[in-house]
Amino acid sequence: MFLARLVAATAPDEPLLPLSVENLTFEAGGTRLLDNVSLTLGQGMRTVVMGPNGAGKSLLLRLCHGLLRPTRGRVRWALDDGEAVRRRQAFVFQRPVLLRRSTLANVTFALAHAGVTLRCRRDRAMEALERVGLGHLAGRPARLLSGGEQQRVALARAWAIRPDVLFLDEATANLDPSATRTIEGIVQAMHEAGVKIVLTTHDLGQARRLADEIVFLHKGRLVEHRPAAAFFERPRSEQARAFLDGRLME
Amino acid sequence: MTELGRAAAAALDLILSGDAELAGIVGLSLQVSLSAVLIAALVAMPAGALLAVLRFPGRGLLVVLLNALMGLPPVVVGLLVYLALSRAGPLGSWGLLFTPTAMIVAQAILVTPIIAALTRQTVADLQEEYREQLASLGVRPLAAVPALLWDARFSLLTALLAGLGRAVAEVGAVIIVGGNIAGVTRVMTTAIALETSKGDLPLALGLGMVLVALAVAINATAFGAQGLLRRVQG
Amino acid sequence: MIARRALLGALLAASLALPAAAAGKFITVASTTSTENSGLFKALLPAFEQKTEIEVRVVAVGTGQAIKLAQNGDADVLLVHHKPSEEAFVAEGYGVERREVMYNDYVLVGPGDDPAGIAGMTDAAAAMARLAAAGEPFASRGDDSGTHKREQALWKEAGVDLEQAGDWYRETGSGMGATLNTASGMNAYALTDRGTWLSFKNRGELEILVEGDAQLFNQYGVILVSPERFPHVRKDEGQAFIDWLLGEDGQRAIAAYRLEGEQAFFPNAARKPAS
Repeated sequence: MFLARLVAATAPDEPLLPLSVENLTFEAGGTRLLDNVSLTLGQGMRTVVMGPNGAGKSLLLRLCHGLLRPTRGRVRWALDDGEAVRRRQAFVFQRPVLLRRSTLANVTFALAHAGVTLRCRRDRAMEALERVGLGHLAGRPARLLSGGEQQRVALARAWAIRPDVLFLDEATANLDPSATRTIEGIVQAMHEAGVKIVLTTHDLGQARRLADEIVFLHKGRLVEHRPAAAFFERPRSEQARAFLDGRLME
Repeated sequence: MTELGRAAAAALDLILSGDAELAGIVGLSLQVSLSAVLIAALVAMPAGALLAVLRFPGRGLLVVLLNALMGLPPVVVGLLVYLALSRAGPLGSWGLLFTPTAMIVAQAILVTPIIAALTRQTVADLQEEYREQLASLGVRPLAAVPALLWDARFSLLTALLAGLGRAVAEVGAVIIVGGNIAGVTRVMTTAIALETSKGDLPLALGLGMVLVALAVAINATAFGAQGLLRRVQG
Repeated sequence: MIARRALLGALLAASLALPAAAAGKFITVASTTSTENSGLFKALLPAFEQKTEIEVRVVAVGTGQAIKLAQNGDADVLLVHHKPSEEAFVAEGYGVERREVMYNDYVLVGPGDDPAGIAGMTDAAAAMARLAAAGEPFASRGDDSGTHKREQALWKEAGVDLEQAGDWYRETGSGMGATLNTASGMNAYALTDRGTWLSFKNRGELEILVEGDAQLFNQYGVILVSPERFPHVRKDEGQAFIDWLLGEDGQRAIAAYRLEGEQAFFPNAARKPAS
């Protein structure tokens, strides 16, 4: 088991992507929250999942990441090893959940559970913290950092495990514009380092700034999946047009 | 002077006179109850946390049982421990009856369900908050237990205090397994019981006030430490 | 982290470092609340402990419970006050032999205004009969102690059937002190040993109403728990304590003990050696 982890963590050569979502349906309490969604996400592009409240954006990310089990349908990665698949993704939540310990320890904790040997953890964690500009706060209790700093710790934690795919679920929704820009810069840097980015956002500006392609959901259904430029210029569906015009908020 | 007034005077007199016997009794009370809570915590905290994170058949029943055992009567615990440690009992050859060790055992048994039940609730609440993040990091439920316990440390202090409060205040268990032997197994509560049986109510109440003052001091210290640590550690 | 572990270790070590008293020689004496509460042991033991360097640990409970403790082998010496039970204890092989140590007496106490009118009577059983007839509240130990057993014997002699007793008869199910607290609280009559009464502070309206009847004689006996039955019994130390109690030093110390200015116990070891 432990050996398998090590192998998975140290042999990232086989590609994880593309990710295929097939007829994905999720129901809770008799309500269908995600309805027969099928799509394929490839390497390289930053995918932004958009849609009004209740469209199923967060749900889609959680199902892809394996936090939830679909009622029907499946999530398929190019790689067929469940353990390796999980280890090569990271997820940043709207509200970062940091442990009651130092900033550095939050990152090394993630590394420990990703099977990184004790000797390598500290250096890798420091490197990730430097990348998000928090190297000088490594010794601080993580819970005492500001909201924006906490989200950067969450990003450092994600980055440290060197994922192939990073999911971000409304990662800047609670942050001020300046903190948001910092986060976007880090996401951009991760993208340039070759990490596949999949994020949800309410913020149209952010979507325009970051998206290479748009997945537009409405009431649990996939409505459009197109290159970002084309989507913003000529949305095909009435729902997308309404959404972009600010007429469709639910 | 009223009975309460005499009691307060007796309490004050006891404390101010620096009575060596009283100091011994207070010291033994603290030693026995703190040891019992420490031992109970070593068992109860991991057990409570496991009960919070693991899902298995019969878990609900176990939770109900654990919560019910918080109301375990001290006398019953004392009797069970007596029967075990008595020379006529299975562990009689250890010769532990009427020793502080026997009292620690009885109180540890008494407070284990309390600490375990409160730990379970605290950890369950925290786990709800951490569940998705830990799952995302690939932390399995069992592996999450130490992290959850550590992160719940400020709240768990309250569970320890609840256990300590129960231990230091109970008389039923320690009087049976300790025997209330002067200078050997006499603690605050058994001393109070003894003075009551002598009809010396002011002295009994005075001892009670000393006990309450001690409890207040311990809880105030813990409260202060808790606040300080929260500010420093987040 | 290291500091935290060290602290935990230190705490653990401290908790396990129990009082070293167990290292010295000691015996456990199962006795009654009357001897403990009266302060007799506190006065007697230092002389013995100083002479022999044997620590005496007294577990003071009711006579019934004290005998039960000794029957389980949880005491080395039994010092109680109910002759029939003590003789049965020896006969059943739990004890070596019964020796008489000292006596005091029981007294009937009750409210000073004495609504049942028993004050000054010298026949205890007759006084009890009058109590029952008057239906005035009576607080009984109800705990199978020596005092409780004596009380029941007196009711029997008085011809009072407790099965038929009304709610004037209250069983507290607790020790002598607790029972006296109850009696004091509700101005009830009660039977108590003189030692406990003398040391009892919460008397309220209560005073001694009946005393001096031979029926109220209260003999204490001492028994070494059988080392044959319980090999762990500290035979030599226990016997040393008994010898001291029955010997000149012990008997003189018992006679010298004063409680509230009165002699509480009367040594009678020499007068009536056990068979």
